[in-house]
Amino acid sequence: MDLFTDLLTGLFFFLGSLSIIIGACGLIKLPDVFSRIHAAGMIDTGGTAFFVLGMIMQSGWSLITVKLLLIGIFIFFTSPVTSHVTANLAREKGMVPEGKKIGKLL
Amino acid sequence: MSGHYTNLIIGLGIVSCAFCTYLANRAKLIDEEGLPLFFFPRLLNYLFWLFKEIIISNFNTAKVIISGNVEPEIFTVKASQHTDVARVTYANSITLTPGTVTTKIKNNILEVHALNSDFGDDVRSNEMDKKVKLLEGER
Amino acid sequence: MFLAALTACAISALLVLARIVLGKTTFDRVLAVNSLGTIIVIGIALHGFYANRPEFLDIAIVYALINFIGTVAILKLFSTGSFKGNKK
Repeated sequence: MDLFTDLLTGLFFFLGSLSIIIGACGLIKLPDVFSRIHAAGMIDTGGTAFFVLGMIMQSGWSLITVKLLLIGIFIFFTSPVTSHVTANLAREKGMVPEGKKIGKLL
Repeated sequence: MSGHYTNLIIGLGIVSCAFCTYLANRAKLIDEEGLPLFFFPRLLNYLFWLFKEIIISNFNTAKVIISGNVEPEIFTVKASQHTDVARVTYANSITLTPGTVTTKIKNNILEVHALNSDFGDDVRSNEMDKKVKLLEGER
Repeated sequence: MFLAALTACAISALLVLARIVLGKTTFDRVLAVNSLGTIIVIGIALHGFYANRPEFLDIAIVYALINFIGTVAILKLFSTGSFKGNKK
């Protein structure tokens, strides 16, 4: 049982590390602000979700689990707010993203 | 939070909660959007579906970033929900799945930026729209 | 295991710092600072597990709260030029 939880923790940590490293590479590599927001969202959702799941596997049922879930839920609810505020402000300041534009924009 | 559960600390917590509620009520901060109770019966189902969707699109975004075929596009979709809370839930769900971001909202028209045409097709197929409408329920 | 995860956090923090230095516009920098905050929250929690001191999780919660408030405050300062509320 102990080995099983350790293996599961290792798997989750591996996926989380992959997620944040690819997100950070995307933050460097992608061409403009609106594309970089996707990479930042990947760090916020994927990285946090996998790392919190892995640490929950390691902690068992105690007060620590509640605190970890609190961190996860908080980042889960605030990540779209910061992404949307950044994107909205960039659009308000008159930046137009690269690429195709389909239909009439607001 | 600290592992101490004496009567004094719990009593102080209850008193400060009641005081905050009294202040918020006095400042008229409480309206019908404070706690959307009509969501709760169907919320758990929706959250599981959203979590699955987030993980799938995480892998797709990672694939797009590694392979490098980035063709950003921006378009508008219509939200068919009736209440503001449901519309905000829809917009936040779109933003929460990596690969799509809501950039502007005006009444019930959302402007969405997608990393690739695959993500754009995902939003334009209106699957999430229907789920949120189901979550909102009959009004 | 925790050490490996901490190393991954450090590598991605360095990459995000490169974006903060390189960034063309303010939005790039704000976005990268927000991502750096998320990575630091994960790093603090991992370090708490690594050193067998779970009290670090409280600090991680507070860091997550302050990160959110700070990002929104900086964007508000950038959009209106002051921290005041909306004028009626």
